[in-house]
Order: sequence, then structure tokens, then C-alpha cells
Amino acid sequence: MTTFKILLAAGAITAVGVTGAAAGTLDDIRAKGFVQCGVSTGVPGFSFTDDAGNWQGFDPSVCQGVAAAVFGDASKVKFTPTTGKTRFTALASGEIDVLARNTTWTFSRDVDLGFTFVGVNYYDGQGFMIPKALGVTSAKELDGASVCIQTGTTTELNLADYFRTNNMSYEPVPIETNEEARTNYLAGRCDVYTTDASGLAASRAAFDNPADHIVLPEIISKEPLGPLVRQGDDQWGDVVRWTLNAMINAEEYGVNSSNVDEMAGGASNNPEVARLLGSEGDLGGMLGLEKNWAYNVIKQVGNYGEVFEKHIGSDTPIGLERGINALYTDGGLIYAPPMR
Amino acid sequence: MADTTQTYEPGTHPDLPPPMATRGPILWVRKNLLSSPLNIFLTIVSAYLLYLIVPGALNWALLDAVWDAGSRAECREIGSGACWALAEVRFGQFIYGFYPEHLRWRVDLTAVLFILAILPLLWDKTPFRPLMLIYSAAFPIIGYLLLVGGLGLEPVETTKIGGFTLNVVIGVTGIVASLPLGILLALGRRSHMPIVRTLCVMFIEFIRGVPLITLLFVASTMLNYFLPPGTTFDLILRVLIMVTLFSSAYIAEVVRGGLQAIPKGQIEAADAMGLRYWQSMRLVVLPQALKISIPGIVNTFVGLFKDTTLVVIIGLTDVLGVGRASLSDAKWQGLAWEVYVFIAILFFVCCFSMSRYSIYLEHKLHTGHKR
Repeated sequence: MTTFKILLAAGAITAVGVTGAAAGTLDDIRAKGFVQCGVSTGVPGFSFTDDAGNWQGFDPSVCQGVAAAVFGDASKVKFTPTTGKTRFTALASGEIDVLARNTTWTFSRDVDLGFTFVGVNYYDGQGFMIPKALGVTSAKELDGASVCIQTGTTTELNLADYFRTNNMSYEPVPIETNEEARTNYLAGRCDVYTTDASGLAASRAAFDNPADHIVLPEIISKEPLGPLVRQGDDQWGDVVRWTLNAMINAEEYGVNSSNVDEMAGGASNNPEVARLLGSEGDLGGMLGLEKNWAYNVIKQVGNYGEVFEKHIGSDTPIGLERGINALYTDGGLIYAPPMR
Repeated sequence: MADTTQTYEPGTHPDLPPPMATRGPILWVRKNLLSSPLNIFLTIVSAYLLYLIVPGALNWALLDAVWDAGSRAECREIGSGACWALAEVRFGQFIYGFYPEHLRWRVDLTAVLFILAILPLLWDKTPFRPLMLIYSAAFPIIGYLLLVGGLGLEPVETTKIGGFTLNVVIGVTGIVASLPLGILLALGRRSHMPIVRTLCVMFIEFIRGVPLITLLFVASTMLNYFLPPGTTFDLILRVLIMVTLFSSAYIAEVVRGGLQAIPKGQIEAADAMGLRYWQSMRLVVLPQALKISIPGIVNTFVGLFKDTTLVVIIGLTDVLGVGRASLSDAKWQGLAWEVYVFIAILFFVCCFSMSRYSIYLEHKLHTGHKR
């Protein structure tokens, strides 16, 4: 087996070359000069290419933040588009360093597949969209409805569970892609379209008459989405985790990309801010990063709220409300441990 | 005009034109559209369908279309038709993928050089053909250097190659590399040497028994498990190898069909002439067999070229991948029709040219069986 591997390795070396894997991920990344980040091949607001061909969105921002923390330069990141089927092998094999691809944090992915979810950057859940003309205000009134549902997904199972628990019946209209769902739903082939609430909002935003459709208040599943890394390299996991935490804490402390210079210059008397921005203590050193790592993240990428508003917030065509993704101080679930 | 009647010597009267009903457009309409009750009925139905579809399609695609806008919302304000502005704004992305903008001339140059390189292969009256053929043989190296860089050219990572360029690169490499491989496999399958024959049969049957997507998944994910951790083995290279192997198995079967159509007497005649195996194959059998196989070979190539879009499933941003990523931009979301029609046109142009060339080639080589 070993000889076989050596042979294969030799072939691979002659073909392209080898990146050393013995050192930690952080050292590897420093050596190669960029963070390799897996994103999705396209989810409105969460990851897409802009007109100039750069990956943008809520998920790529996490990676840009990590690049800013490691290199002080948010542009030192390369994106690998991954599909639902290739994402985990790409991460496990080391093709990418971090996966930020609206991936639901589940027990088996964390434990069995050998990944570490470093946090949650979006709390999603499955919802229902219906035409306003239907006159329904709650999912409990959907007995007997026909439902457009993507086949082979967890949403399909969640839907069956929900209707069974509530003693209701439904008629599934199986569809394959988001675009197909949209066409079927608008053509009236199903009364209800169900998928993750963020996806519903994004689809609805692109309708010609979005106001004619509503998303029902019931959310029937938990879909905590967050970035993940390979298990077993805790230093690298910490870097990604605390980059995300720094962005969340920055919003809580009122530090954003436009006032971060004044804040770092001592405009705030909050010691947490001073520690966050590196003017006090040496949190960066403990992570193996520069003292001003979090300053770079916030200066170049922004705090959590800024990133949210820029890509998926209420002023964008996606138009998502903060809802449960507001800071805990505003009644949401977004909460980061203190910088100390 | 003094004399209105003209007289002819017997036998010199010029032929009169045939009666109106048996010539010109009227005849054509009668013969082709109204020749039987069934055909009259079909004509009316087709005309009605065309009437239903064509005006709407024309309005949508051309008359009401918007060519210049910054987003889907702007498009909808200007006109109700297709929003081609998306294809226009992102034209570069659709064609070149993420290839750096200031280096895109290299892709263009590669395309021009490629056309020059295949010209002597496709057209036997190319000027300076022997010299040009040497250039054609060297083109893969030139093309590789231009696309990927090296020898003083700024290197470009292969992951940056995307859009339609990626489809063409995968398609052309697959086509060019699989034809010789396929011919060898076909010969091997008919060989009298048991080991060679068994290996060829196993290879062909295995590849034909497995869907291309499975092979692509093996290329993109499984190989990572076999190779030692940390080894990076260019994904596009892996895909190229898989696509080539895949289509070579199909080519092998098409060529085998051609080989079997050659009467045994041809091979025996070649043997009688004292030709060795390779000589008889090269001079007698293959020229005839390949000629018969042209429609099948081109059919496989057209299929292969369209199959290159499957790489979108393993996360490569080919032209479909670019389309998907573009549709996720909140600015352009909801323009699926425009994106897919645009991509369809790109593919149609390429595949239709291939099939026209195949017809030209068949006519040119169709000497022996003409009746």
C-alpha cells in the first residue's frame, strides 16, 4: 500500500507539485500567501459573482475576514465554488482551508464527518410562502394544500414531519431546483412553496409583484448555518472562530468600519474595545496573529451587522430582516463570548 | 410592331413555359404543403402553431428586449422583453470565466492559433500544408503555454479558466486526445492477442458502463482520498483525463463498427501484398473504416462537447456555472430564461458547425459508394 501511495505521489509531483501538510494549517496558509475558501456555486445574497467576476456575499465575507486577520489584507483569499456534493470532500482533503457555504451545523457532520463548526453566522429555518390571495395566515391552516418541495433534501423530511404532527394532509409537487420551484409556484401549480426562510425571501424579492406573496410566520426546522474547518487543527479553528466572534463583538460594542480608526485611537473607554482592537493586551499574539488582527477585519470587511446589511439586509433586494439573527442585546440569538 | 403573328419553320418553335400550375412557387406549395388531406391539415396546424409562437418569441427576444441596463429592475422599467443586458454586462465572464482581464488576449490568441492549427487537418487544400501540420502537432504545447503561462508569460492558475473557454478546452482536448486512443482501443479489441484484447474489452465495457458524472466525481473527490494528504493534483487536469478516457471508449466502439464493415477480403488482400499489420491497417483498413465511422464519430464528439457542462456539478465554473452564479446576484436574479437561451445559442453555433463539417467531409470522401 505504501509503495502504491509513493508511486501515486510521485506521479502527482511530476504533474503539479506538492504543498507541505506537516505544519499547521495557519503556517501553510502563511507560506502559500492566501486563504483557500470554499463557497457555494450561487445562493442569492449569500454567495454570487458580481459583474466584475469576483465572489461576493454573506459567506465569502467570512473568508475575507479570515484573510484580513491572517494577512491584514482581505483580498488574500481564493474561492473554490463547491456543490452540495463536493463541499465536504474538498474540505476533508485539504483542497480548501475553510468552508463558508450556508452549511447546516448538524451532529453527524460535526462528529462523524470530522469537521469543526466554529460558530453560527446565520440562523435559518424552513418556512412556507403562499400567495396572499389564499387568505391563509398560519401554516396550521394549510391542510390539504399542494406544496412545491425540493426532492431529496432535509426540507422534504421536515415537511412530512410537520404535517404529520399537526394531523394535516398535503399533496407534494416534487421539483428539482430553486428556479423550477419559482416557475411552478408562480404558475399556480402549487399553493405553497417551502424551503429555508432565507431562500424564500430571496426568491420572493425577485418576483414581479413581491407584495402579492407572504412568508408565513411558522418556522418548522432549525438550520444553523456557519463556517467550518477540518477537525484536529485547533489553532486554525480558533483563528476562524475568533474572526467571526470579533465581527459579532464589534457590532455589539458599536465598532464599525467607518469609526474603527477613532475607536482604536482611544475614542472608546470600553476596555473590551481596546482589547479587541489590540491597543490593550495581546489577544492577537495568543492566536499567532498580529496585534491589530481584529482591527484589520473590521476595517476591511466590517462588523457582523454591516456585512449582514450589505448583502442580505432589508435595504438589499434580498430584504431579510435581522429577526433571530439580531444581537442578543436586541432579542436575537447572535452572541459571542467576550474578548478577554 | 407591324407583324403580330410570327411564323416558325417546322421544328424551330421555342419551348413554351410549362403551365402556371405546374411550376414555380405554386407548384412548390401544392407539392410540399397541400399534397394530401393529411398534409393540408398538418400545414394548417403548423401555421397556427408558428403564428402562436413566432410573434411572441420575436417580441420577447428582439423587439421588446432590453440591451442596456444595470440590473433586472432597470430592465423591467425599460421594456417587457428579454433582458440581454445581463449577457452583455457579463459577456467576459460567460466567455472567459475568471481569467484575469488584462490577460484575456491570450485566450483570444489561443483560439485564433487553434483555428490555424486545425485548418490543415480539416481542409486538405490548405496552403503550405506539410509545414502547417508540424505547427498543428506543436499546438498543444503552444496552447498550454498561452493559457496557463510559463516561459516568461505571467502564470494563470487553472482554476481561473472558466466560462465557455473551459467548455471549449475540455471539449477540444477530449476530442483530440480521444480519437487516437479510441482507434487504438478499437484495434486492440479486435486483436488476436488475448491480453491486449481482454484489457481493451474490460476498459471499454467498464467506462461505458459508468455514467460520466460518476467518473467526474471520482476525479474531483475520490482521488483526494487515494493520494497522500496535501497533494494537489490540478482538478481541471483530472477532469480532462476522465473526459478523454470516457469518450475514447465510445469512439472505440464507433470505430469498431467501421472496422467490422470492411470485408475480410481487404485485410487478406493487404496480407497478400506482404504488408505488415500496421501497414495494412494504416494503408488499407483504417482509411475505409474511419470514412464509414464519420457520422458516428462526430455524433460522439457533439455529445462530448455538450457533456462538458456536467463539470458544473463538481463545482467548476464553466459557462453554466457562471450562469448559475450570475443568477444568484440579487441584481440579476430571475433572468434564467435569458441566461439559458444565451448559453444554448453558444452551444448551438459550435455543435451545428461540427455537424456541417461532418457532412462536408462525408460528401468529399463519398467516392467508392456513389451510385
